[in-house]
Amino acid sequence: MSPVPAPSDLPVELRTEALESILVEKGLVDPAVLDKFIKTYAEDVGPLNGAKVVAKAWTDPEYKARLLADGTAAIAELGFKGPQGEHFVVLENTPTRHHLVVCTLCSCYPWPVLGLPPGWYKDPAYRARAVREPRALLAEFGLELSPDVEIRVLDSVSEVRYMVLPERPAGTESLSEEELVPLITREAMTGVAKVKAP
Amino acid sequence: MDGIHDMGGMQDWGRVHYDPDEPAFQAPWEGRAFAMSLLSMNRLTGRNLDAMRHALERLTPLEYLKNGYYGRWLLLSETLLTDSGVIAPGAVDARARTLRGDDVTEPPDVELSKPDYTATGPGSLRQIDDPPRFKVGQQVRARDMHPTGHTRLPRYVRGRIGTVEHIQPASVLPDTNAHFLGENAQHVYGVAFDSKDLWGEDAEPFVMHVDLYDSYLEPAS
Repeated sequence: MSPVPAPSDLPVELRTEALESILVEKGLVDPAVLDKFIKTYAEDVGPLNGAKVVAKAWTDPEYKARLLADGTAAIAELGFKGPQGEHFVVLENTPTRHHLVVCTLCSCYPWPVLGLPPGWYKDPAYRARAVREPRALLAEFGLELSPDVEIRVLDSVSEVRYMVLPERPAGTESLSEEELVPLITREAMTGVAKVKAP
Repeated sequence: MDGIHDMGGMQDWGRVHYDPDEPAFQAPWEGRAFAMSLLSMNRLTGRNLDAMRHALERLTPLEYLKNGYYGRWLLLSETLLTDSGVIAPGAVDARARTLRGDDVTEPPDVELSKPDYTATGPGSLRQIDDPPRFKVGQQVRARDMHPTGHTRLPRYVRGRIGTVEHIQPASVLPDTNAHFLGENAQHVYGVAFDSKDLWGEDAEPFVMHVDLYDSYLEPAS
């Protein structure tokens, strides 16, 4: 096997431009295809998908039961699937049990429902600390959990992808499924925050 | 391999940098590096997701940290493309210097060397006939192994005892699939560890859940 590229003083922006220039010249990459991938993940595949899943689960008990029993199938009912979504497990946060998702080895994340991982999820501090001092880490995110809440941390090292079903906040009983969607953040669906009532 | 990528439990990283409004790509080059990586992984190189993750691990610790997430993706693309002979070693450096205005000679093309390896199905999940070796509720020990190649067994659980909580779908074994040595499809177990068994008596109390491949486990007694 050939060695990895040697350390270089060339900025990564310039290396990126250089690689694209070589691959386009060889006829292996069409810049328009790259544009399409970028647009898909910058605009279309994001946490809005997961928010729709959560809002439906909050308003449709039968859907919620299906979602917790077979996340992959229930998420596919809403049309969400694709890379990094071979097998979803959805875990419900409750007043007594709190789930937190991390990937210590890279930054595996459930792309079809939450999009590409945000900066904090990829931060070495998050990857290192979530599996060692989750309560202290959550407090820094502004989430102070009572000592009697059981914390369960999920390390996404296999191809199982986790999404948290957050608690529906008090005071939202009169809101419709569509009105709930904008309240639901990727932070809540990863377990570093709760959903707040408007 | 025991590399910088295996970050679980490392200390002294400080606070997490949190920006709730960041875009998917912070600069245009990040999106282009991401998109080229997706193409480089399978279509252009005949390699796979596990080889891609291993290419990340093969970066030196300094390169791994210095270039950020999408910088790593760009470098792993170069690694996969070079491994398969799609681009010559040094080609990206030379092209980058040419773009910068330096007078450099670009290396000649090399022979293609894509792995002679075909996945037996899409993705990583597979159906297998053998029953699971462990049952839900059974105690298991994560093996204390230190392979020089790819593995998805994090250091912080090696040698530790946990309890099987779930049988996950069977999957190809990253350790061999990354090196094109076979898929070795096997059961995956959701194993729960007590935080005090991982980090000592003074640890915060919590349950650590890690999905571990059959090859990573042995009976605890």
